[in-house]
Amino acid sequence: MSEAKSELPSQRAAADDLQRYEQLWAEARQVHGVSLGRDAWRRLRRNPSAMLSLTILVVLSILAFLTPALPLQSPRQVETLRSFAEPTSEHFWAPHLQTPSAQAEGTNDEQWAAFWRDVDLKFGKLDAIEKLLLQARVAVFGPYAIGSICGTDELGRDLLSRLFWGARVSLIVGVVATLVSLVIGVSYGAISGYMGGRVDNIMMRLVDVMYSIPFIFVVIFIISILSEDSIKAWLIDHGIDRITIFFFLVGAIYWLTMARVVRGQVISLKHEQFVEAARTLGAGRMRIVFRHLVPNLFSVIIVYLTLTIPRVMLFEAFLSFLGLGVEPPDVSWGLLANEGVRVITPVKIYWWLVVFPGIALGVTLFALNFFGDGLRDALDPKLKNR
Amino acid sequence: MIGFLVRRLGWMIITLWVVFTISFALMRSVPGGPLSSERALEPEIEKNIRARYHLDEPLMKQYLRELGNTLQGDLGYSFKLADFSVNEIIAQGFPISATLGIVALGVALSIGLTAGIVSAIRRQSLIDVTLMSLATVGIALPNFVVAGILIILLVFLWPVFPAAGWGNLSQLVLPGFCLGLPYAAYVARLARTGLLDVLSQDYIRTARAKGLRTPTVILRHALKGAMLPVVSFMGPAIAGILTGSLVVEQIFAIPGLGVHFIQAATQRDYTLAMGLVLLYTTLLYTMNLLVDVSYVYLDPRAKLE
Repeated sequence: MSEAKSELPSQRAAADDLQRYEQLWAEARQVHGVSLGRDAWRRLRRNPSAMLSLTILVVLSILAFLTPALPLQSPRQVETLRSFAEPTSEHFWAPHLQTPSAQAEGTNDEQWAAFWRDVDLKFGKLDAIEKLLLQARVAVFGPYAIGSICGTDELGRDLLSRLFWGARVSLIVGVVATLVSLVIGVSYGAISGYMGGRVDNIMMRLVDVMYSIPFIFVVIFIISILSEDSIKAWLIDHGIDRITIFFFLVGAIYWLTMARVVRGQVISLKHEQFVEAARTLGAGRMRIVFRHLVPNLFSVIIVYLTLTIPRVMLFEAFLSFLGLGVEPPDVSWGLLANEGVRVITPVKIYWWLVVFPGIALGVTLFALNFFGDGLRDALDPKLKNR
Repeated sequence: MIGFLVRRLGWMIITLWVVFTISFALMRSVPGGPLSSERALEPEIEKNIRARYHLDEPLMKQYLRELGNTLQGDLGYSFKLADFSVNEIIAQGFPISATLGIVALGVALSIGLTAGIVSAIRRQSLIDVTLMSLATVGIALPNFVVAGILIILLVFLWPVFPAAGWGNLSQLVLPGFCLGLPYAAYVARLARTGLLDVLSQDYIRTARAKGLRTPTVILRHALKGAMLPVVSFMGPAIAGILTGSLVVEQIFAIPGLGVHFIQAATQRDYTLAMGLVLLYTTLLYTMNLLVDVSYVYLDPRAKLE
């Protein structure tokens, strides 16, 4: 009896505790932890210029991807009759493609074969996805295409269409070349920082030496050597075209800063407990570096990524301008700007050939710069939860 | 200080040697040298010429010979420009390119600093927002687009400047401006951030508290500290202006080194291209060294390591 009596208050206390814990638990359930990503996204959304830039970039990428499906004229069909036509709203919606129809001669199959031959001439070699998009275009718009509202160039090619097809090349070069530089820079910096000691010293000295080499000149030198006919033929035989070379050369230049930044971050992280824990569990060096340390650098890497893409795009434009980048009949914005600047003469001003490529490049680079700045502010841990 | 300079000079020599070796290896790995053109030479004559220019020696011997010549300051003869040695081409083009570069640097610093200081003082006013948006445009637009638009506007529509060429002062304005503009934009942004940082420091409050007028506070006290980010940007800026001159010289038909370099690269004039790469490396390295040294004079906290 007395035992039961002495138990009662403790039981009551336990029940009280339980109630209290449940209350706390209920409160805790209402509070959500804010992950860095979500917090950054919240802060980014409050930055109107960054959001506008993001919208522009997303729309631009979608349009560039869908270019074959849009009702545009051929980017490479030469029509000397309408050389240097001014921007016009005439023939705003005119037939452009030879699509199969009931009125035309020949069976359906023959007509389709003729259609694809025509496409080959007008758009060059297309891959499977582009062909699919082109079929979608024929299904939706039929043979029609938008008229030359941005004017035409020296050879009478439609500028609007060239801008869209150029966007594909310019954007892909920017993104892929930056990714190459990212892979090199992150691996180099992370390994150097984690190894420390003499290895780190030598690796960073090498970066210092490379910093003071004017790489752009070396790259131009290398590209000119690789454009030598016999080397070029050999490279093309092995499936390497100039754009691939470009990716690797640019990647080889722009990784230096990334390597330094990543190294600094890794050094400050490598004595944290989670690294010790991983090491205690028997993780190897490479596993610690790439599975445990690199994911923690995600915010630094992504900010650097958005700020490097515009630089790379500018560099592509720069090289194409000098005639060392993308080769005709492919187009890129730099090449278009080059064509525009080249035909500036006192006799007649073809302003549209300079202004429209300039606007396309300018708006994209503007958006990338603003978005990168906004992202950097948003991911800054010092501003977290503000 | 002396130790620092000696060490940096040592690294410079190593860098130049690396650049030389890479270029030499690239040059000699290319099939088809200067003697292979559409009009083939008689085999005997070609052999004689090869012997004359030591092209028949083993590669290592050629490498050492070239290295020796380069060390003595002899960069060899151009493969494509008749009757010119690389040294002569550099002697002709360098003053022109240097003038253009200095003008561009002047444009970058004067416009950039003014804009940066004004927008830092009038923080978050209309003028600040306008100037900073303009700066972003300046960074985003490639200089050949700016050049194209300016030529259309200021040469053809409203003829104030000559279109191209080299020789008098008015021909210097447009190229200098186009080349300097992106860096003016960077300098403006750096100067604004730097000045805003400094203006919130205690020593500025002290200066104000002892009754100094605003211009004195900014020019005498704040500006020196605010210049630090700008000064450390000068290294990359000089590198960028060197590169940008490739395009700008091309557009404005200026007979500087940039045009020679592009021609050398596209026509595979290897000696000239290599000489210019070595020259650019030396320039860049020296400029970076100067920037580092001047940094110490501006910031007493910094030490040369």
